[in-house]
Amino acid sequence: MYVKDGVKYFVVDGHTHFWDASPANWVAGQEEYAKGWIECFHAYQSLGPAETHWPIEKFQKYSEEQMMTDLFDEGHVDVAIFQPTNLRQWYTEGFNTTETNGALAERHPGKFVVNTNWDPRDGEEGLKALEERAKRWGCVGAKLYTAEWKGDSRGWSLKSPEAARYLEKCQELGIRNIHIHKGPTIWPLDKDAFDVSDVDHAATNFPELNFIVEHVGLPRIEDFCFMATQEPNVYAGLSVVVGGLMHARPRFFAKVMGELMFWLGEDRLVFGADYAIWEPKWQVEGFVDWQMPDGEEFSDYAKLSVTAKKKILGLNAAKLYDLKVPPECDVDAPEVEPVGVPAS
Amino acid sequence: MTSVTRTPDQAAAVLAAVWSALGAVLDPELDEPLTHLGFVSHCLVTEEGEVRVRLRLPTYFCAPNFAYLMVADSYDAVRAVPGVTSVSVKLEDHFAAASINDGVARRSGFVDSFPGEAVSELDDLRADFLRRAVLAGTDRVCRAMIAAGVDRFSLTDLTLGDAPEGADRERLRSRRRELGLPSGDSDPLVLDPATGEVVTDLRAHLGLARLTRVSQEANSGVCRGMLLGRYGVKEEQ
Repeated sequence: MYVKDGVKYFVVDGHTHFWDASPANWVAGQEEYAKGWIECFHAYQSLGPAETHWPIEKFQKYSEEQMMTDLFDEGHVDVAIFQPTNLRQWYTEGFNTTETNGALAERHPGKFVVNTNWDPRDGEEGLKALEERAKRWGCVGAKLYTAEWKGDSRGWSLKSPEAARYLEKCQELGIRNIHIHKGPTIWPLDKDAFDVSDVDHAATNFPELNFIVEHVGLPRIEDFCFMATQEPNVYAGLSVVVGGLMHARPRFFAKVMGELMFWLGEDRLVFGADYAIWEPKWQVEGFVDWQMPDGEEFSDYAKLSVTAKKKILGLNAAKLYDLKVPPECDVDAPEVEPVGVPAS
Repeated sequence: MTSVTRTPDQAAAVLAAVWSALGAVLDPELDEPLTHLGFVSHCLVTEEGEVRVRLRLPTYFCAPNFAYLMVADSYDAVRAVPGVTSVSVKLEDHFAAASINDGVARRSGFVDSFPGEAVSELDDLRADFLRRAVLAGTDRVCRAMIAAGVDRFSLTDLTLGDAPEGADRERLRSRRRELGLPSGDSDPLVLDPATGEVVTDLRAHLGLARLTRVSQEANSGVCRGMLLGRYGVKEEQ
């Protein structure tokens, strides 16, 4: 819980990882990709405040104790949601798996939500394994990475019939929150890998599932926002928006927040720190202190109310994941500040 | 091509012309010149007129299709500079660098550069991003006009020539021209970049234009920051 100016915020970090990208875990022959991946993540960290930067060795593999401290002792987080990314083609034991995350979560009851993941290219066996993981770890959410390499394949689409079978399976297993992370590759390579129209397709066909587009569809924020206006079950995951822009590019952070509030509104934005790329502490504190700047440049955008901040930092995710919110953190009284409607 | 030895001054003039040519090559996604973004890490012209260019991107995994367009466009731009006898453009520190560099050097096209991984050339991708550039450019031009007192609902009655002269207008005109859209001074200021038709729902159109510009500029901000994080250098101002 984070308390500022007498207001209590229930903080759900909607996007966290416990990864191992140390050289000992690199697959022989795939070292350049394993190294390239973690160095890319590390460069993202450079967009946060300098005092929060880690040396690459620590960044490749950090301890459980470090993570617990950074999230719960110092980072104001009440509950964190694990979003696994397997990458077994590059990392022997996987990069950040359901099993590793789940084992850590079991040692700290009540602190984590364990999501799993799936890949439609895994066929029948993958469906069975998904069911086993879902039951073993009690998963109600899944994280999908459509740009994952598998053999010669450079990615997949949510439009495929195979993906539809997995979504049906999710529905059957009670996995209701589908987080999607778009990456730079897909098959075929001539198409725009970041295209979000496949999420649109899936969200229309599976209205009972929630689709949380991580990193607000970056770099296709415009397509994402436009799609989200048409699909009520689509949410925005704010990881990278807060971590990558709030400190490094505050003007663009303000504009992106303004657009997200305009197109989606405060009930469909979900905070995520994207640990260990960025620590939650400075993000939570900075976001609570943040306000839409004055001036012509930002005049189309509404100010952000305390209620909106409460929802974005935790209450929206708590609703998606049925988390118990302490009454003092909830939104009780009607908010007096203006909300949501930009002047036009 | 013939090999001609030049004086250092002549070589410097070719270098300036090459740099200027590279300044016209855009990152299709960000709609900004590679030279502004800091993507040209190395540009060398020998006294024989041989040009060697090296490009770098914000991440090892930047999308290979956009990377290919930037390498191919750089190659074509430099090759067209008078006095250039041979060109080598190499993308560095990228997972697909070898395929892209070889493909561009052989002028074999995107599909042949990535056998089995691509089904068509990148014209549709490029056109899609040009349309986004037109939308973002519409916001740049129209927002300035509205701030200067132009009634926003009169924008549909105005022409490109009614917009204030300047870099923003010419940039918009140039993207429209490249898409084959009307781009003369007497053509409508606001049009649908997908069809070239006049816009009927101006409010929605301007909303989308603003959103597209915000997205493009936020992406540019992230890319610049990542390049700085990766190479520890600031882009050219």
